[in-house]
Amino acid sequence: MALLEVDRLRVSLQTSRGAAEALRGVSFALDRGQTLGLIGESGCGKSITALALMALLPDGAKVAGSIRFDGQELTTLDEARLCRLRGNRIGMVFQEPMTALNPLHTVGRQIAESLRLHKDLSASAARAEALRLLERVRLPQARERLDAYPHQLSGGQRQRVVIAIALACGPDLLVADEPTTALDVTIQREVLDLIGELVREDGMGLLLISHDLGVMADTVQRLLVMYGGTVVESGPTAAVFERLAHPYTRGLFAARPRLGLARGTRLATIAGRVPELADMPTGCPFADRCARVVDACRVAPPAAVTVGPGHEARCLRIEP
Amino acid sequence: MTHPLLVVEKLAKRYRLPRERLLAPAPEVQALDGVSFTLRAGRSLGVVGESGSGKSTLARLVMALEAPSAGRVWLEGEDLHALGAAALRRARTNLQMVFQDPYGSLDPRRTVLQTVAEPLAVLHGAGRAEQRERAVEALDAVGLRESDLVKVPHEFSGGQRQRIAIARALITRPKLIVADEPVSALDVSVQAQVLNLMQDLQDRFGITYLFISHDLAVVDLVCDEVIVLQQGRVVEQGLADDLFHRPQHPYTRRLLAAVPGLQARMPA
Repeated sequence: MALLEVDRLRVSLQTSRGAAEALRGVSFALDRGQTLGLIGESGCGKSITALALMALLPDGAKVAGSIRFDGQELTTLDEARLCRLRGNRIGMVFQEPMTALNPLHTVGRQIAESLRLHKDLSASAARAEALRLLERVRLPQARERLDAYPHQLSGGQRQRVVIAIALACGPDLLVADEPTTALDVTIQREVLDLIGELVREDGMGLLLISHDLGVMADTVQRLLVMYGGTVVESGPTAAVFERLAHPYTRGLFAARPRLGLARGTRLATIAGRVPELADMPTGCPFADRCARVVDACRVAPPAAVTVGPGHEARCLRIEP
Repeated sequence: MTHPLLVVEKLAKRYRLPRERLLAPAPEVQALDGVSFTLRAGRSLGVVGESGSGKSTLARLVMALEAPSAGRVWLEGEDLHALGAAALRRARTNLQMVFQDPYGSLDPRRTVLQTVAEPLAVLHGAGRAEQRERAVEALDAVGLRESDLVKVPHEFSGGQRQRIAIARALITRPKLIVADEPVSALDVSVQAQVLNLMQDLQDRFGITYLFISHDLAVVDLVCDEVIVLQQGRVVEQGLADDLFHRPQHPYTRRLLAAVPGLQARMPA
């Protein structure tokens, strides 16, 4: 049994146009010591997946299917039990470190909060542990920074604090939703290296959510490519990059500007745009934008086709 | 003799920070320090650097939205910051800007027609019929339709909003467009569409771009020349091909080394 097992997870959200399915049957497993990436563009369901894992979905959301964490079903767990998991056994790092931190509390206090809550440490023990954590995420002048407020830190330093909070209770699973999108490239590199190192040292499972193919290539062992609330391709990162089995994966790669392209090169684009949740077609969600579409694509969502060891894609046009 | 389209000469900008002590002078930050370059018509110059390197300050000075502490900006041989109000207004016809966030840069209560035609109304005093005609022309150039004129921004996706912002910039038929991170808020597939569009427009109308971006791959794609800013100073400048293939300055090398995906094997 894996640490995290997500099985046919479906989430429907209340939108201005009525209920709409944001996740349409997402399945994956993640174990301790493994790293898994969710990649896709706005509206593909990657952040909803993360919120569903932590039971932080917006009001009115309906969840079907199963999320098992260490054998425990999360979709039916009551709030009190969920609170015991969140920030304790499941750590979270969000995109925007300024909004994730409380501007009115010192950094030290925000790290100590979860330690006092979950580990029942005394104030002084929590403060000592907070200092150890700040040193571990390599925040310069950690001792002085314990009493700093978030606005006194740079974006990269704030993200280190957010990571320290996520790690405070020694979680089994770290969920990082676009942890470096708001940061400069050189800082992004440092933060990604730090996350990778901490995950290896502690043997956590890492679920990394990003829209950046390059970030994924450097950070995760397995990759799920999401589109329209479904996983259209999944497999070992290197194999996915090598094979580009699903037409959407291929489209994403082709559209990416790369260093060394000749000046004036036109990038390959994916025709059309992501359909709104309420307009999602009944068949393959990518059918309306796909160059290889046939009538059968629009009838029912395609089943997963195995294209290599542990590598699947949901496309009718794939020859296995 | 014809002048180069844009000449920036020893441009500097100091900002005063909030006073920390009552009797001590307010501290200052040197946002830009001695930046010089020449940009000829029809070419694109990329400005790269990290947060706080002075990229956006440079954009605001070139757009004459702020006055420099020292140095000059010459647009077609005219010293932009020495012009009187009327002459500056005339010069602004040739200067337009596209911003990063297509959600924040469009007024949500105004129709596409109002948004796109506004520069024309303000700078040329064009009549309604001409405004509409030119707005249709500009929308057509960015791949939007006449029927979009009556819509408001929330009816469009991020990529379409950035097209609207570009149409607004195009309507005065500017020679120079300053684009400050024009694609960084967009998804990969949409970003590709907007980058292609910007290059098509350059081919069609001979537009010159001052293209500000933190994304080196994007700059490599659309720019002929590049300047690398670090803490307000130019640490390296040159042709994009040379600079990205044979970076000389350690800072440029560090920026390049940090580009994600370069260590791992990525398909070309």
